[in-house]
Order: sequence, then structure tokens, then C-alpha cells
Amino acid sequence: MIGPVMIGPSSSHTGGVVRIGKVARMIFGEQPESASITFYNSFARTYEGHGSDRAIIAGLLGMNTDDERIKQAFDETQKAGMLYSMKAVMNASALHPNAIRVLMQKGEKKTEVLGISRGGGLISILEIDGFACNFSAQSKTMIITAHDVKGSIAFITNILASDDCNIATMTVNRSGKNDIAKLVIEMDSGLKPISLEYLKSLNWVIDVVYLENVEI
Amino acid sequence: MSILFNSFSEWKNHIETHNVPVWQPVLEYEIEQKGRTENEIWLKLDQAYAVMKDAVKTGLEKDMTSISGMINNGAKKVRDCKVSVLGENFQKLLYYTLAAKELNSCMGRIVAAPTAGASGIMPGVLTTLSEIHPDIPKQKILEGMLVSAGIALIIEKRASISGAVGGCQAETGTAAAMGAGAIVYCLGGDLGQIFESVAITIMNMLGLICDPVAGLVEVPCVKRNASASVIAFASAQIALAGDSAVIPVDEVIDAMGEVGASMETQYKETALGGIANTPTAREIEKNVLVQVVEEVEEGEV
Repeated sequence: MIGPVMIGPSSSHTGGVVRIGKVARMIFGEQPESASITFYNSFARTYEGHGSDRAIIAGLLGMNTDDERIKQAFDETQKAGMLYSMKAVMNASALHPNAIRVLMQKGEKKTEVLGISRGGGLISILEIDGFACNFSAQSKTMIITAHDVKGSIAFITNILASDDCNIATMTVNRSGKNDIAKLVIEMDSGLKPISLEYLKSLNWVIDVVYLENVEI
Repeated sequence: MSILFNSFSEWKNHIETHNVPVWQPVLEYEIEQKGRTENEIWLKLDQAYAVMKDAVKTGLEKDMTSISGMINNGAKKVRDCKVSVLGENFQKLLYYTLAAKELNSCMGRIVAAPTAGASGIMPGVLTTLSEIHPDIPKQKILEGMLVSAGIALIIEKRASISGAVGGCQAETGTAAAMGAGAIVYCLGGDLGQIFESVAITIMNMLGLICDPVAGLVEVPCVKRNASASVIAFASAQIALAGDSAVIPVDEVIDAMGEVGASMETQYKETALGGIANTPTAREIEKNVLVQVVEEVEEGEV
């Protein structure tokens, strides 16, 4: 009730937005060369006045919610060499009132993330590259992109169990039968680095992203 | 508060049964909830207090003009005003609160207490209190902050602490109640007096709507923070004198919850009613809000 320490003016319009940016960057895995940002609904009209535009950029540059450079985030993009563009879309009734879509690019590499700011600095990531998911990035989270092969979920959960990892939530979505699947697993405790490497080495696994806790 | 209290009377019973300081169960609750040690909790409180004091200082030193331009160095104007309507300390309380809240509106570093929108009140109250009463040890102020946190936890459980849910009465009202409780605690008031100060504060803030111009946390939020700090001190003074709110604090909080629940949506941070719906506010919106906006068809993303 006293805290968090954050940059104003609003936990949902700045704090949560910085976190969406930071989590998007972690999913991308590195500093993007460019970012296209879409603010939806309630965010669409007020994102400049609330400084949500600076906040999302700050997150994409890897800043935390209490970083005093957030206000100068536009200047910081020049140092980091990141280009950006902003767009506002109203009446996207299928989306949450405070939704943001971020498309990150570096060379040929592209990742798109849809996040929502739920208030009090809390967020949910609802989509990665078109795959539906739902996680808050408050606990350790693993995102696995893999070929849709039989037994893959049992295989992965066995590895977690042998690491004494309790699964808090798990979402699985695939682009089609025998096509690409995305698993998002939130865990109560961390995974051993060697298990992570093992998962990455499997021939049916395309990519593994591991998020440590993202500080509010 | 390892089990969160549902009411102020439960908190009172616990203190009387176990004969512990009023802040003790809040400390235990924080240790359990955050998984931190007692020392870490005190350190966090100390850091929060330091950020609050810094916010007041920065708000008075640096340029405080918001992106919209609606906030423009009001704290400094009050500090430099030659006409003192009610003495130096009153003036100080106002400009300290304004300074911290203006910093929030200008994207500075603040402590949400309980929210960012009400983040001027606790810094204004605590810095003024510690300057007027330099004999209050810092540890006592940190204990007072735990008392404040306990107050907000119960208000959130029984009613609400956010403008979007319960109107401004819930948001700045809770911050003012937190401030009043801390003042009474730091000045040696007993548990009953702390709770009376909360009841009086909420009574005085009851019914206040949340109607931010252009949806920004600026007008009327900044000045309401200043008024809320004044109400915190007024309520603390009345409670410390032994006067009563007559209506018990739990019932007052429930009344606030009832008013919040029946408040129309246009008065809950939606910028559709009240001050936000005045002709001048609508003119300001034209300059402040993003104008290039795409519209999508129903259901389309």
C-alpha cells in the first residue's frame, strides 16, 4: 500500500506500459532496431498526455519502472539506435481498454507482442506472433516454440518435474495440425540452466525464451 | 495481520488481546506477503520515505511543467506567495504536497501511496509533520507508515482505494486517511484516536468524484491532493483532542463503499462527467489528446 516506487503519472499508463515494453524486449531477446507501436482504445487518445509513448519506448530500451530516464526515453532511442513509430486505434472492441501491440524488428528477425495494462502496474501478455497466451511476467516464464509433435508436452513437463519446478499456468496453441506450437509456462521456481540448454538442443524445439522475474 | 483483517474492530481486538504495537500485525502481514525479512521491510519503508522526501525537494527545485501544460509550477508559487492565509506551516503543507504530486504529473520518481494519483499526500503530510515536530524519531515515522499501510489494506478490502472503482473519495480519501493515522500515531495518539482520525477523514472526503480533465492525472487531482493533506491534519487534530466521529470507522468505510458503488460511471476516472465535462475541459482536450486516431469496425482488431 506504500509503493511501488515508480515514475508517474499513473501505474497503468506508465508503470504497466514500461513493463509491457520490457517483457516484449525480453521475448525478442535483444535490442530491436525498430519498433512499431499501436495504442488501442482508452490508450489511443491519451498516450501522449500520460507519457505512455515514452514509457513503452523506455521498456523497449530495457529500463525499469522507476528509471528517471523514462521521461527522456525519446532521446535515449538515438543512443541505442532504435527507430520507432506510433499509431492510435479506437473502438477495437475485441481488445482490452488498455491494450498495446508492439512489432519489433532487427534485420530479418521480427516479433510481435500484444500486451494489456491491468492497473497497479500489473500486465498480461496476450499474444506472441499471433499465438494466443496469457501470462503476467511476475513469475519465471518459459516460452517454447516447437514443431507440433506427439508427446512434446509430456516430455517438457517431465523435465520441469525432475527440476522440482511447479507449473503455475500453461497455455498451448498451435498454428495448425503438425505445424508450429507455442507453449507458455509460468513456474513457481526456476529451471536449471542445463535443462534449458537441453530443451534448446532438441531437434523439434525451434526456440526457447526464458524470462526471469521482471521487477515492477 | 498474517491473516488480513476485514475490519478496524478486528485490528483493535488483535492489538488488545496480544498487547502488541498497532503496527506489529501490518509488519507481520508484509513479511508473509512479500516473503521478506523484518529488516528488509524496514529498509523498504526507509527507502520509500526517502523517495517521498526527494519528491518534495525535486518538485520545488526543478521545472514542473506537465506534457499537457496544465500543471505549471504551482508548488513554487505557493511557497513564494507573500500573503500567508493561515501561517507558515499551513503554506508549507500545501506546497510540499503540491510539489510531490506535480512531480508525479511530470513523470518524476514517486511512491504510490496508495496510488500514483494520490502520491502527493503522504509525502506532504510526513515531511511537514517531521519538520514541525523535529523530535519525532525517524523510526517512529516508519512505524506510522506501517499504520498507514494497514489502514489502506482494510479500506481496500471493505470499499476501494482507486478512483476508477470508487471515485476520488476512495483514492485521495484513502491517502488522506493514511496520512491522518500516521500523524496521530507519531504524535502519541492511541489506537482509538488513530481510528477516529480515519473515520473523520473519510467522512470529510465522502462523495468526491473522480473527474480528470482529458483523462490526465493533473486537474483537479493535484490540488485535491493538497486539500486532502489539509483534511488529514484537521482530522488528526480533532481525533487527538479526544473528539469522536460518532459513527464507528468500519461503518464509515462501508458508507464510502456504498457511495462508490452507486456512483455513476461518468464520475469514475472516465473523463465523461464533472470537471472533465465542462466546456473549457473539452477545449483543453482538443489540444491534449491524440488527434490522429484510426477507427476500426465492431469486433475487428
